[in-house]
Amino acid sequence: MSIKSIIFAVALLCASTPSHADDSLYQELGGQAGISQLMETFVLEIASDDRIIHHFEKTDIERLHRLLTEQVCVIAGGPCEYTGEDMVTVHTGMNITRAEFNALVEDLMTAMEQEEVPVTTQNRLLAALAEMHSEVVGL
Amino acid sequence: MRHNLLISSLLASAAFIAMPAEADQGRFIATGGATSIEGSAGGGIVPWATLSSYAEEGQWGATAAVTEVSVDDFRLSVLGVSLTYDNRFELSAAKQTFDLSTIGGELKQDVFGVKYRVAGDLIYGDLPQFSVGLQHKRNSTFALPSAVGAQSDSGTDYYVSAAKVWLDGPFHRTWLANITLRATKANQIGLLGFGGDQNNDYEIQPEVAVGMFINRNWAVGAEYRTKPDNLGFAEEHDWYDIFVAYFPTKSVSVVAAYADLDSIAGLADQTGWYLSLQATF
Ligand code: HEM
Repeated sequence: MSIKSIIFAVALLCASTPSHADDSLYQELGGQAGISQLMETFVLEIASDDRIIHHFEKTDIERLHRLLTEQVCVIAGGPCEYTGEDMVTVHTGMNITRAEFNALVEDLMTAMEQEEVPVTTQNRLLAALAEMHSEVVGL
Repeated sequence: MRHNLLISSLLASAAFIAMPAEADQGRFIATGGATSIEGSAGGGIVPWATLSSYAEEGQWGATAAVTEVSVDDFRLSVLGVSLTYDNRFELSAAKQTFDLSTIGGELKQDVFGVKYRVAGDLIYGDLPQFSVGLQHKRNSTFALPSAVGAQSDSGTDYYVSAAKVWLDGPFHRTWLANITLRATKANQIGLLGFGGDQNNDYEIQPEVAVGMFINRNWAVGAEYRTKPDNLGFAEEHDWYDIFVAYFPTKSVSVVAAYADLDSIAGLADQTGWYLSLQATF
């Protein structure tokens, strides 16, 4: 192995460390199984929410559940890959209002209560999702 | 007080019945705050940058509240109502009755408030929520204030406020902070009139509030409000309170607090309790 390729390998390792650095939120959410379960409850909450259900009339719910699970896993520092479209592309043209965004987040809050996620864990996930507000609302 | 209790229970039941079909509830629970003693959305003694009710963009909301503050020698009763549109404009009105339990008699004033959200958002983005507002106050019992040196029976406070919520704040709890700068001539918030023998100019008074949510329905916090000192007959002091707020639903909320109003009209150590019940429509 040449010096160059060693340096390259080390650099690669370093670059990939952040994703392993902190998976505490992932653990708190119960790992893969916990997140998948939570997203199922979440999707059911959305499905019974009159304020926003009209947006999801043509949505493939299985796919949505799978992609939400992947995405939350990544956000939480878990060993996953998000394979969906980026947030702006997905939500462009939907004219999602601020109130609708809040409604969806409330559905997540309800889901987390149902799944008995501790408040401190809820807050960590909510804060991460709140960051995406501008990538979802008013597009 | 009995009257207020009756009204408050009526309000509460009306809110329960009216909900949730009629109200536009586009914001998270508790983000409407409580009704402050001057009628504006806020905490207890400080108006916050937050707008009343849960109205988001394009939505309407309203609140009604009764508040009682009971300290050693005085009792303050407040009826307050507010209307919010678009999470941007807030109109409010409050009727204050200040019972001079020990001295005898009462002081009364009406407060009309307007608040406008200028920029930013309480929860999303990096900017805090900035609001500007005014409170126009009319004292209808000016004989006593005038006798102790007050210059006017009405006055207008102007304020700017900034508020921010950290969903994932210290200890992974949700926190709120608010700072308000108020330009005012009011003596004891206007109950003792406006301007005085010692000072008749506007002064800028900072007011702050900090709160922590234990969960989505319960919050604890404290507020501190500085006040001018315009009257020679008795020194006026800052106020503070330590509160517990309960938001069981988006329709009703209750705030209980310990209030320290220091000395008022020369009567020292006015501490006691504060209780406020709010219905949101
Ligand atoms: C932080 C908040 C949100 C996150 C993290 C999020 C995430 C996602 C993800 C991962 C997908 C799948 C993407 C794909 O199919 O490639 C998706 C799709 C979708 N989202 Fe969101 N979303 C958010 C807010 C909202 C809101 C507020 C609404 C509407 C009220 C909404 C409506 C939709 C709809 C209708 C689809 C399906 C599009 C389709 O049928 O192909 N989303 N979202």
